[in-house]
Amino acid sequence: MAFREYKIGSRVFGLALGGSMCITLFFPSFNMREAVSTEIALDKQLTTGWDAGWNLSDPFMQGSNKPVRVWLESEGQYAYVYPAGTRMPNAVQHPDNLGAIVEKLSMEKGQLAKAAEKGRSNPDGAVFLIDIDQDSKQPYIEYATATRGWNAADVLNAAADENVQHIGAGKSMFVREGCWWCHTLLPEQTQDWQVFGAPPMLGDFNGESPTAFGSDRKGPDLLHVGSRNASREWMMLHFFNPRLVQPHSIMPRFDYLWGSVDADGQKIDFDKWRADYTAYRAGQSPVPPDVPVPAKDSKARALIDFVLSLK
Amino acid sequence: MFKYLFAKNEDIPAGSSAIFFGFSSIVWFVIGTGLGSFNAAKLAFPDFVTGNEFLSFGHMRQVHVHAVIFGWISMAFAMAMMYITPILGNTRLWSEKLGLWNCFLWNLGLTLGLTVLWMGLTSGREYSDFPWVIDLYIASCMAIPLAVNVWMTILTRRTQGIYTTNWFFAAATFMVIVVFVVGNLPEFFHLTGLTEAYLTWWFAHNVLGLWITPVAAAIAYYTIPKVTGNPLYSHRIGHLHFWSVVVFYSTPAAHHLMSAPLPEWLKSFASVEGVLILVPAIAFVSNIMLTMQGKWNMFVENLEVRFTVTGCLMAIPLNMQGGFQQTRAINWYIHGTGWIVAHAHLALLGFSTFLEAAAVYLGLQTLMKRKLYSLALGNVHFWLLLIGFSTYWISMTIAGLIQGAGKIYEVPYIDVVIAEHPYMIARWVGGTMVFVSNIIWLYNMWMTARAGTTVPAGRMPHEMAYER
Repeated sequence: MAFREYKIGSRVFGLALGGSMCITLFFPSFNMREAVSTEIALDKQLTTGWDAGWNLSDPFMQGSNKPVRVWLESEGQYAYVYPAGTRMPNAVQHPDNLGAIVEKLSMEKGQLAKAAEKGRSNPDGAVFLIDIDQDSKQPYIEYATATRGWNAADVLNAAADENVQHIGAGKSMFVREGCWWCHTLLPEQTQDWQVFGAPPMLGDFNGESPTAFGSDRKGPDLLHVGSRNASREWMMLHFFNPRLVQPHSIMPRFDYLWGSVDADGQKIDFDKWRADYTAYRAGQSPVPPDVPVPAKDSKARALIDFVLSLK
Repeated sequence: MFKYLFAKNEDIPAGSSAIFFGFSSIVWFVIGTGLGSFNAAKLAFPDFVTGNEFLSFGHMRQVHVHAVIFGWISMAFAMAMMYITPILGNTRLWSEKLGLWNCFLWNLGLTLGLTVLWMGLTSGREYSDFPWVIDLYIASCMAIPLAVNVWMTILTRRTQGIYTTNWFFAAATFMVIVVFVVGNLPEFFHLTGLTEAYLTWWFAHNVLGLWITPVAAAIAYYTIPKVTGNPLYSHRIGHLHFWSVVVFYSTPAAHHLMSAPLPEWLKSFASVEGVLILVPAIAFVSNIMLTMQGKWNMFVENLEVRFTVTGCLMAIPLNMQGGFQQTRAINWYIHGTGWIVAHAHLALLGFSTFLEAAAVYLGLQTLMKRKLYSLALGNVHFWLLLIGFSTYWISMTIAGLIQGAGKIYEVPYIDVVIAEHPYMIARWVGGTMVFVSNIIWLYNMWMTARAGTTVPAGRMPHEMAYER
């Protein structure tokens, strides 16, 4: 039987689909490559590290192998500390993602190329800073291990615990626990200005992965939540049981992120807490039970650090 | 199934893979809607089940979405392809053995992937949540074997031309592989920032536009002419539908990120192309409605026709919403609200599910040569599904409009949450009705296989009278 071979149809199909791909993928790539990192983007990239979603350096998403941000009292700025073995941030292997000016400054003034020489496994640890170039007013990354001889372990040892922020591990918790199913990180370009703050600008995301914008809002936008509410205690109560601070909240309880012991090393008795809370809700007790303070290395502490960092 | 995995291809009865895909899809539908009902209960009553990480909303929400998309919808598509493609080519499926392996690997991979998601191990990208290792498995063991089987069946057909349904099947199985691989490039090559965000929504949009919508429509192009006995109203309108899907539906991805700092030309282009999806939509709906001429009694009397026409009718509000809600004039009001959740369920649980359910009903009866066990249970399934879905859709649309109003009047967010509460309860009730209807369907199909009246060769199941 003489088959129809659809020669014209298949070629037109290739042309049509190829044209679509060209317009929606190839052309926008030129615009996106022109994005130059802002200071916000550098901070996000250096606090998150290589990736906050599933990746081989944190296969069970425990928030391991993540950098920490340390507030340096003496310098009046943050240091981004990558302990030995922590995978380097994206900018080290792919500095062109920073945008032309920031890449040039980071390479020349920040000596970022020396971090790339260490390899992505980062055997000795690394410390980064964000500086502003006085001439161009552009931010850039400084590889302080090369420029100032700073050692990751020394910076960490010198810092008080309240100045250490586990933001990278917290972002992993934000992704793993599905916070982004109800909270967007994308104030809209219209009416959200008044309540949730300025929408993100071009260049605010370079090097961030995943961006976790979210699409389905069932709670407030969180991109600037740290500016609206900077209380660590409020966040602690709210994560343990949101109904403690907001009786009408539909947010789930994240008490399981506390782990088994609190900040003093005492075992947390969740059953007793729930029984006391039920009694409080039933009006049998005038005050709710105390919420345990999360331990230094707990998932809850990391998540609170991340949320408070969203300025 | 297992005894056929290592049998010779010619020893495997024709239709085996379609039957296994069909039953698998119904089982995943029960699981997926059960998870949906559970999640909805948590939104209505936040202290419903607490204290367990694996029963928390954030861990289960994406399991529901992926069980439904990859389990129910895509496996029902695979079932329809393995059933319809050979019939329209007047031949047998190219390889039943490949089809059975495909079904086996699909169930295995989906179980594995959903377990991984359940643990919270996710790429953090909506709709492409699976880690890249699972993505590679999905591409190589699920999508590509299906495409090979469909393409080889069409190439070895014993008809001169290719019918409309098979154009869509061939094009969609090819396009979904392209979309899946390109959409997951950020994970394979660690692309970051705005590129990652854009490709996330490029994938999410195109998997709907180039996989779910065209394949669901292609199924209707088969079931309506087949069951009513009317020829397709217009082959040429089918052409218009096909080409406008390829040209218009592959381009509006950026309209999902109207508030992100994407290039403005791209957003404007996407928005205009987004309105143009009305071209394939109107072509499709009018073609099916006109094919029904003179047979509208079957809309009442025949279960498969009723499912298909209901699905087609739902394509009208679906595409009117889809075409216009993404324009800047409307998007700012309803973006990120429950309106979008309602719209997504109109596409997947309304339009596409009703068309697929018809194909699974028709295909399983035809291939097993058994008439549906109970028409009454079939009717209960239809009405529970329709009323449950409508309850869900209406309540979430209202909730979305409340959210939109709260947004522009700068109402404290907690007041929006309080105002939405009754609609969250309605959503849970509607979702639970859908879940219950699918349990009934699974029982009905199981009993059809075991105790359905035998359909002789050359007869359609609906032509047979019940013997009981």
